[in-house]
Amino acid sequence: MSLDADEVKKIAYLARLKIDEADIPGYVSNLSNILDLVEQMNAVDTTGVLPMSHPLDAVQRLREDKITETNQRERFQAIAPATEDGLYLVPQVIE
Amino acid sequence: MSSRYHEKTIAELSAMLHAGEVSSVELTQYFLDRIKSRDGELNSFITVTEEQALAAAKAADERIKNGEAGPLTGVPIAHKDIFCTDGVRTSCGSKMLDNFISPYDATVVTKMKQAGVVMLGKTNMDEFAMGSSNETSFYGAVKNPWNTQTVPGGSSGGSAAAVAARLAPAATGTDTGGSIRQPASMCGITGIKPTYGRISRFGMIAFASSLDQAGPMAQSAEDCAMLLNAMAGFDERDSTCLDNEVPDYTAELEKPLAGLRIGLPKEYFGEGLSPAVEQVIRDALDEYKKLGAELIDIELPNSGLSVPVYYVVAPAECSANLSRFDGVRYGYRCADPVDLMDMYTRSRGEGFGAEVKRRIMVGTYALSSGYYDAYYLKSQQLRHKISDDFKEAFEKVDVIMGPTAPDVAFKIGEKSDDPIAMYLSDIYTIAVNLAGLPGMSVPAGFVNGLPVGLQITGNYFKESQLLNVAHQYQKNTNWHRAIPEDFA
Amino acid sequence: MSYDSNWEVVIGLEIHCQLATKSKIFSGSSTAYGAEPNTQANAVDLALPGVLPVFNKEALRLAVKFGLAVDAEIGLRSVFDRKNYFYPDSPKAYQITQMDHPIVGKGHMDIELENGETKRIGITRAHLEEDAGKSMHGTYHGMTGIDLNRAGTPLIEIVSEPDMSSAKEAVAYMKKIHSLVRYIEISDGNMQEGSFRCDANVSVRPKGQKEFGTRTELKNINSFRFVEKAINIEIERQIDLIEDGGKVIQETRLYDADKNETRSMRSKEEANDYRYFPDPDLLPVVIDEAYVEQVRSELPELPEQKKQRYMSEYDLSAYDAGVITASRELADYYETVAAKAGDAKLAANWVTGELAAKLNREEVEITEAKVPAEAFAGLLLRIKDDTISGKIAKDVFEAMWNGEGSADEVIESKGLKQISDSSAIEAMVDEVIVNNPSQFAELKGGKDKMMGFFVGQVMKASGGKANPGQVNAIMRKRLEE
Repeated sequence: MSLDADEVKKIAYLARLKIDEADIPGYVSNLSNILDLVEQMNAVDTTGVLPMSHPLDAVQRLREDKITETNQRERFQAIAPATEDGLYLVPQVIE
Repeated sequence: MSSRYHEKTIAELSAMLHAGEVSSVELTQYFLDRIKSRDGELNSFITVTEEQALAAAKAADERIKNGEAGPLTGVPIAHKDIFCTDGVRTSCGSKMLDNFISPYDATVVTKMKQAGVVMLGKTNMDEFAMGSSNETSFYGAVKNPWNTQTVPGGSSGGSAAAVAARLAPAATGTDTGGSIRQPASMCGITGIKPTYGRISRFGMIAFASSLDQAGPMAQSAEDCAMLLNAMAGFDERDSTCLDNEVPDYTAELEKPLAGLRIGLPKEYFGEGLSPAVEQVIRDALDEYKKLGAELIDIELPNSGLSVPVYYVVAPAECSANLSRFDGVRYGYRCADPVDLMDMYTRSRGEGFGAEVKRRIMVGTYALSSGYYDAYYLKSQQLRHKISDDFKEAFEKVDVIMGPTAPDVAFKIGEKSDDPIAMYLSDIYTIAVNLAGLPGMSVPAGFVNGLPVGLQITGNYFKESQLLNVAHQYQKNTNWHRAIPEDFA
Repeated sequence: MSYDSNWEVVIGLEIHCQLATKSKIFSGSSTAYGAEPNTQANAVDLALPGVLPVFNKEALRLAVKFGLAVDAEIGLRSVFDRKNYFYPDSPKAYQITQMDHPIVGKGHMDIELENGETKRIGITRAHLEEDAGKSMHGTYHGMTGIDLNRAGTPLIEIVSEPDMSSAKEAVAYMKKIHSLVRYIEISDGNMQEGSFRCDANVSVRPKGQKEFGTRTELKNINSFRFVEKAINIEIERQIDLIEDGGKVIQETRLYDADKNETRSMRSKEEANDYRYFPDPDLLPVVIDEAYVEQVRSELPELPEQKKQRYMSEYDLSAYDAGVITASRELADYYETVAAKAGDAKLAANWVTGELAAKLNREEVEITEAKVPAEAFAGLLLRIKDDTISGKIAKDVFEAMWNGEGSADEVIESKGLKQISDSSAIEAMVDEVIVNNPSQFAELKGGKDKMMGFFVGQVMKASGGKANPGQVNAIMRKRLEE
């Protein structure tokens, strides 16, 4: 499977990654090679095989509905790029 | 010379600490000095926490004095910089987290603290654990102490190099596709990746959640057993951490190996394996035969697909796991974003390195509409088949052995432009993660002065058996005691 | 709604309902509303590196409870998935939700139409997911502030079939669901605080056409009134557009209540590709039949069951039974009144009549009624034992509402006790006859209508206190004399 530059840009956009125009050809070739590798999977017929999303054959444990956390805003916001009045600030969100 | 502490295993240092032959402060200072004087050549540490280390050492000495010490109390080790450490930078080898002072401790870190273990610092690693050579770190490549022209393996390359050079008696690592075993092999140390779910992942920065597992990297199987005793166990904050009993991993170390059935997958001894490495492995297997083990040929027919499967599963999971690095709440934010989209794309574009971006993009693609079935679903189905191969094999054998990596450490820069060649260096380790099984790498000899690791894979939760099998070998060989000449 | 009858409207609703748990769905932070920004956002809610989710037991129980209440299939094995999208109020940049294996499968809810018929609305599914944080727009030097207190609050998203064919039906359905979630106590249903919100998928097609028209999604409509208005305005827009030769495009639109219009949400416009996949941090949620039966046993009597019981047990009309059972609090109130007053029908008349009107006028909920159920029953008892007339009772009720005491206290202090003393009433009747000789002659001459006049005059003279039955009887007696 080979990707073209537009596809790579589309994927980069979906993943919110800015890729310099000059680097696009490199990604095109690397990603295409990786997909070629990945497509070796097609050599094996998997009809009827159940997907395995987890190595453990276990089930979800349930947590008691208890409040165990306390306010640590100051601590957490000390490492934030931009805050004011306890809010995290980001460039204007337009709806 | 009694002050050559770096030649000692943890088991030996523990005995010395308890006998009062050395204090934790002395030991800690000794290793801090060693890091200071020698790590310039290796770049194995990102952060050295001298002050905290000495304070912890003092507290440990107090515990020893008061008879409140456990076997690891006062022993200094290093943590891979993937584990969150309260008040200490936790970078994960990335520019993205270069400014991230974690506000909490990972469960593994907490457990080590409770055991009285002293943290010397945080070790270098491939960025977000994505790499097999430690060349993708934002903090620069780590060098292999056996030959500083070569890589230490990855992603836990800093931990492996630090232990190999005896800058730390042991270190923690994480293993998603071989990241403990492969660098352990390339640096000539002993490392174990336990069964998935054995050690809490809470506070361990996620790469691929269904594959990631922490483990110890040390000089010997015995040391690994001691460390695993402290690391393993249930954590209510990790839904995938199992609540079954943790045995004393040192208890079975001395069991004789007579009658042990060792499976040799024919797929691990075929094309792509360096003949010299194969010879080292064959010699190790002969040693096992002498110890009474039986060698049985087996097949893992789907293991050849483990690399392709892995390069769907791991990127898919990582593409979502790394989405939280968005420049909003912590970590890197680009300068002067013009709008929200600019903030996202530049913060992430500038904060992540090329390999991380590649994997995020592969994962994004594999999950995107129209491709999910062909890539993600297919990989999950094959994961089942790969896992079933192991199940079948373990009906016939107790452990599976083979080389950890197809070759010894390669030259720095040799594969960094060729992701595929790099990925194939994990060809023998990845299937174990896909199945969630425990695996080890044990030093078994040298090729051209570079270490070769023997990989031992066990059935689910058979860590005790793996450690026993490795320990018996180490009682009869000395490979694990070898120290690189320059760091002797 | 005035759109012409050549068009058929198709509406499906997605209702987001916060579950009334103490802590969040995947963390131990409080879910309480109204805290200072980000004081209820811990490491897990902030998606710090390395944190992991652990599922809240109570959220599961409440979701199953909902499923059982709408007669739905319960997913004995449900799976959490990641829904990927970047937005500042979504800290992980993926939402944990359920895609292929939701906790609640197919169910249904019946609504009453204006013509008195019942219509069954299909529920496709209801799945568990986490709520997002909130964005405060436009403040802070042109930047947006993010509060993550709400992030991780448990939600069920209740997805209906496209079974509704008017805005009225959509509102009726939404009200039914709203009432139900409060009935079974899985949510406070507080719409002002956003505990209960709705997105509507709206499309139109020419009557008779089989295929659905292109639909638009109206986001986050937070009151019943706005749901109706937003849907109607959108229907009108779509029809106008098509009739003018245009085409509806599939998009997300936002209802602007101030302008009473819907507009395209450009921010959501970009081709969304959510890249769902099973969340590897969470394992399948597996429950067994015994668990389901346990939850079933905890269900209260449901509105529909209650309604049927009122109709059979209390002989109420379908309408009255429907009004009373629309809210659990009202039904509880009613049952207390009916039991204490010993007259279910009288209680129903008063609860759906005077009480409902008062609540409506004062714009308060039944839980805030100034006359508690016991006191209300006390009032009805005085009607029953003829101490006061129904008319006087309305004044007494008013006084009770104003805090002037119990029914007996008000009757006593205002001297409203009904006059049942025959001699006193006879005296009043005689006086009215004497004062109105010509009218009395007309009555005697067979003009029966005049009877009402005389009873009215006597009642007036008594200040409304005379027992109307007795007044009538005495008048008849005088006529025969």
